[in-house]
Amino acid sequence: MPDPITNPSTPTAIFGKDAVAEALADHAAIRGLAPLITDAKWDRKELTLTVDPSNIIAAMQAAQAAGYNFFEDATAVDWYPTEPRFQISYSILSISIKQRIRIVARLSSDSPRIDSITSVWPSANFYEREIFDLFGVQFSGHPRLTRIMMPDNWEGHPLRKDYPVEGYR
Amino acid sequence: MAFVEELEAPGVAKKKDTTGATLAGFRPAEDLIIPDVKDVVESSTGHHHPHGSDPVSDNTMVLNMGPQHPSTHGVLRLVLEVDGETVISCAPDIGYLHTGIEKTCEAKFYAQVTPMTDRIDYLCPMTNNTAYALAVEKLLELEIPERAQYLRVLFNELTRIQSHLVWLGTHAMDIGALTVFLYCFREREDILRIFEAVSGQRMMTSYVRIGGIALEPPLDIYKRIREFLRIFPSKIEEYEGLLNANPIWMGRLKGVGYLSPENAIALGVTGPPLRASGIDFDVRRDMPYSGYEKFKFNVPVSTVGDVWARYIVRMQEMRESVKICLQALDGMPEGRIVAYAPKIILPDREQMKTQMESLIHHFKIVTEGFQVPTGEVTSSVEAPHGMMNYYVVSDGTAKPYRVHMRNPDFATLQALETMCKGQLIADVVAVIGSIDIVLGAIDR
Repeated sequence: MPDPITNPSTPTAIFGKDAVAEALADHAAIRGLAPLITDAKWDRKELTLTVDPSNIIAAMQAAQAAGYNFFEDATAVDWYPTEPRFQISYSILSISIKQRIRIVARLSSDSPRIDSITSVWPSANFYEREIFDLFGVQFSGHPRLTRIMMPDNWEGHPLRKDYPVEGYR
Repeated sequence: MAFVEELEAPGVAKKKDTTGATLAGFRPAEDLIIPDVKDVVESSTGHHHPHGSDPVSDNTMVLNMGPQHPSTHGVLRLVLEVDGETVISCAPDIGYLHTGIEKTCEAKFYAQVTPMTDRIDYLCPMTNNTAYALAVEKLLELEIPERAQYLRVLFNELTRIQSHLVWLGTHAMDIGALTVFLYCFREREDILRIFEAVSGQRMMTSYVRIGGIALEPPLDIYKRIREFLRIFPSKIEEYEGLLNANPIWMGRLKGVGYLSPENAIALGVTGPPLRASGIDFDVRRDMPYSGYEKFKFNVPVSTVGDVWARYIVRMQEMRESVKICLQALDGMPEGRIVAYAPKIILPDREQMKTQMESLIHHFKIVTEGFQVPTGEVTSSVEAPHGMMNYYVVSDGTAKPYRVHMRNPDFATLQALETMCKGQLIADVVAVIGSIDIVLGAIDR
């Protein structure tokens, strides 16, 4: 079977866990993370896998075991006023198979909290502090969750959608 | 793959694996996590023994370095715990340049974000523009003409040379070699004049736009670039002549700031520091974008992993960039510089003044922007400092719902303590120079 990513007959957009798992059955991430995925998306040649927030460490360890050895990036998207409000996007790269996947977890707005993945990748440290600072998402098990960009006495979380871009708060 | 000069640091085992594949299951130690300022201060008070009980260990000291220290390359503040002159722990304090660019992007049209990307990593504006343009083009599913791709490659590589020249000059100046700085800025000035000729700006170029590039380059520009590329290799030799056999330079760089390949991956290090640690990964070659697959170049890799190796890797990279620029000039195709998408790309002035439809398009794009289909994409480019990603989320409107930049400097800074632990304060300066940080990119 040809590589689904370079194969032109692979559709450009597939939505839903089962449809993606069928179309990209040979993808290393699908094979490695299959039991943890709750939703999947194959859009513009990028794979997005949604996992339950409580399984995030297990998902990261599964991704690491599947060959995705490089943690690139973590950030959040605030879908206010939709619930679950916060989407935490982790971008994971495999240096050996030269592929990138995105692992996503959605958190609700009342006490947004997710496990820290610094035990899997120490490089997540600054990224989690940044999300905490700018979105107010808590990371359980983070060694020192403090503000990184804004001053320590700052009130509010600037990248939330209910925080105005200009004018008064 | 090309291994540059193998200079084995004493006591460092040679790593055979260059892809990092076998490092996948590596479990990093807890102490790789870089501390916060409070951690450093608290641990230092913990090291104090009751007065007089142990005079030797009684003297750890917390030292504040920056944010105005010239060797921190901007406004990086470091809090160091030192025992005599030996660094015990080190915490960076960042955020002094935080301007909330990511938030500002959410209030602008897609095209208006481009000038802001210049100001993030202000030493490589063309690379920032390219990364952002690639992300939005992916959302729009726009095909970019080959000529625009070649021009992007050409100016990306000139930007790499320019950024490496600033790195070399300031790095050498930190170590005490003041002359190199003047020579590097002399050549950098040539590149900035080329940038000014094509875009009208020396530094904040905004030349690479969504859908292509901003302007047709002037007629004599290829000749000027060729002239620069003809003399530049001899200038690299000139810098190396000043530094390579310099005993102070060698003494300050060799064996300093060692970073193992496992730790480099665990700490998210990319770009020249990653390749200097023996991981053979370059986004341009391994996940090509903007037509890089058509170019032939070597990726310099070293297995030594110290500050000297990063110096050697970057010097080789400048030579490779010259090769890529020449290939881009030789193979420069004819054709348009922007994609054909009249509702997304501004028409040229003449069309706008003579054709009603172009005038309407111009008016609509300027006043309302253009709508981008829903989705989320990541673009990735090899910036001079490492891997730069743009994560753009669209909700179907004319303004981006979220723009996030993954800048290499932000991640590389997390490796600072691992590289500095147990070394002298003077070595911290050498290590900061070797990871080549720009605080605008870190704080955003």
